[in-house]
Amino acid sequence: MADYIKPRVKVPTGAKPGEIIEIKTLISHPMESGQRKDTNGKIIPRKIINSFVCTLDGKQVFRAELEPAISANPYLSFCLRAERSGTLAFAWTDDDGTVYKTEEKLTLA
Amino acid sequence: MPAYFAERAMASRRRILVTAAAGGFAAVAETLLARAALATPAQAAALLAQLGKGKPREGRVNLTAPAIAENGNTVPLTIDVESPMTPKDYVKVVRIVADGNPNPGVATFHFSPVNGRAQVQLRCRLAQSEKLIVVAEMSDGSLWTTARAVKVTIGGCGG
Repeated sequence: MADYIKPRVKVPTGAKPGEIIEIKTLISHPMESGQRKDTNGKIIPRKIINSFVCTLDGKQVFRAELEPAISANPYLSFCLRAERSGTLAFAWTDDDGTVYKTEEKLTLA
Repeated sequence: MPAYFAERAMASRRRILVTAAAGGFAAVAETLLARAALATPAQAAALLAQLGKGKPREGRVNLTAPAIAENGNTVPLTIDVESPMTPKDYVKVVRIVADGNPNPGVATFHFSPVNGRAQVQLRCRLAQSEKLIVVAEMSDGSLWTTARAVKVTIGGCGG
């Protein structure tokens, strides 16, 4: 697995119950579109993150299917109504089947 | 004498540079022409038709995008769909399509009432000046859409 691929997640802390919070995610990844050519004119094979899933205590809260039109180092932000504290798990799936994972605690005030 | 020759040498070097630059432009133009065919608005519409039955209505979907994107490699987008996001009435799916990219699809997002607000931010690639179309499917099956043209100064997607 490539070491340079590093997920980063920002979850606000101290939200009141029922408050809508914004979760920001970023993962370093080239998102090779499969359209580019190398110096020999050969097409560089496609290698992108094709799906992203966020779960709260095992229950899916947000899912995204991504295509080559997503920029390198894909950034996604989405909202969540914070009802209770828990563990947010984030998973990015690569074209080669690798899943990059990270977790973050959601703590309410 | 040295000044004169130096002048001559510089003039010829300048000419070489100009020729080289012109050649460079020709090469760029060639690669642009040789690039894979870009998607047409019809292809984008066909892709959107797969999302849901019926004709989407204008409204409820807000797409924030720059009118002019200097770099087509990272165009920041914000999508916001007006919805109470209650278990009875919420946004199910949001799909984004760009009608001038090599592949029209950009991304698909799945929401549920736990999101509280159907909003998403992302950065996308645009190959040229083109139109972005967003279609949102609500829990009752109705479709809402919006479109926005973005001018791109330097295209993304490589080539």
